[in-house]
Amino acid sequence: MKKQKISDRSSLIWGLLFGIIFGFLLQKGGATKYNVIIGQLLLEDFTVLKIMLTAAVTGMIGIYFMKSMGWVKLYPKPGSVGMSVIGGLIFGVGFAVLGYCPGTIAGAVGNGYLDALVGGLIGIIVGAGLYASLYPKVRNGILKKGEFGTITFPELFKVNDWVVVIPAAVVLVLFLYWLETAGF
Amino acid sequence: MEWLTETRWSPYVAGAGIGILSWFTFLISKKPIGCSTAFARTSGMLEKLFIGEKVEQKPYYQEFKPVIDWEWMLVFGIIIGSLVSSLLSGDFNWLWVPSKWSAAFGPEPIPRLIAAVLGGICLGFGARWAGGCTSGHGISGTLQLVVSSWVSAVCFFIGGIAAAFLLYNFIA
Repeated sequence: MKKQKISDRSSLIWGLLFGIIFGFLLQKGGATKYNVIIGQLLLEDFTVLKIMLTAAVTGMIGIYFMKSMGWVKLYPKPGSVGMSVIGGLIFGVGFAVLGYCPGTIAGAVGNGYLDALVGGLIGIIVGAGLYASLYPKVRNGILKKGEFGTITFPELFKVNDWVVVIPAAVVLVLFLYWLETAGF
Repeated sequence: MEWLTETRWSPYVAGAGIGILSWFTFLISKKPIGCSTAFARTSGMLEKLFIGEKVEQKPYYQEFKPVIDWEWMLVFGIIIGSLVSSLLSGDFNWLWVPSKWSAAFGPEPIPRLIAAVLGGICLGFGARWAGGCTSGHGISGTLQLVVSSWVSAVCFFIGGIAAAFLLYNFIA
């Protein structure tokens, strides 16, 4: 019992520490700013996509390497057409109207942005609460439409992980290179 | 240590940093980076203040207990990290209305706040419907090459780009 409590506390402290680094990187990258995020969605400023795709490439290579060494396992989230497409599109509308996302809004608060602190945070908490109330009505209906479960692309194609990781990394890097040469 | 006081880093440096950070969250905390469940848990904790223990009977909160967990601390940490970064570079400022918004919709704070609340509601609702946000699906899920996360992340941007164009080209 006591040991359990200590491990809980150390998990929380690690969470805080990782969060501080994450927030520091988001702020340095410019992702805590409304202008940068809305600029991405208006296809004028590609900072957000550059950060996300670089994180995806870097993360992918390290995580799949550690997975092949048996050091880590994956934590894939389940999804379905009803869940990922509908939820994703609703999220997208909120992303544009608010101009922050759930992670960057915390960074915006730290940056001093009061529309994030006074408006956006309240909205997200209310929205998440509304979904919690609706959840019993959708969980066995629309969320189950067109399920794809927790499958990953290497599992879907039934190939070795690296057969997908390497081409995916190459394509993402080429895309970023193209963005730069195109002047974005 | 001049890099600590710079206002902006290259997005590739910030992005690579986040990728490397996720190696350590997998290795040490056995968790991928994600943010939106923290808001759902907060909602449950606030609801508990009004209706008490009944909240825990709700099916959603049986899956996502209304307590402070690793991810909640991660989101709290983001506030601190961004504060430290912006104070170090002098980029911290109190601001009600971002300049891009005010150029299109005017400098009054009230319309901006109303949009922020309404946008936030869609964002929180959509994130929990999709089971993740731009961090959980957009970064952690895509880097694990998860099908549901790639579909969600693409839909985040399709919805976001469509709504942003509508907002800035037809409503503004």
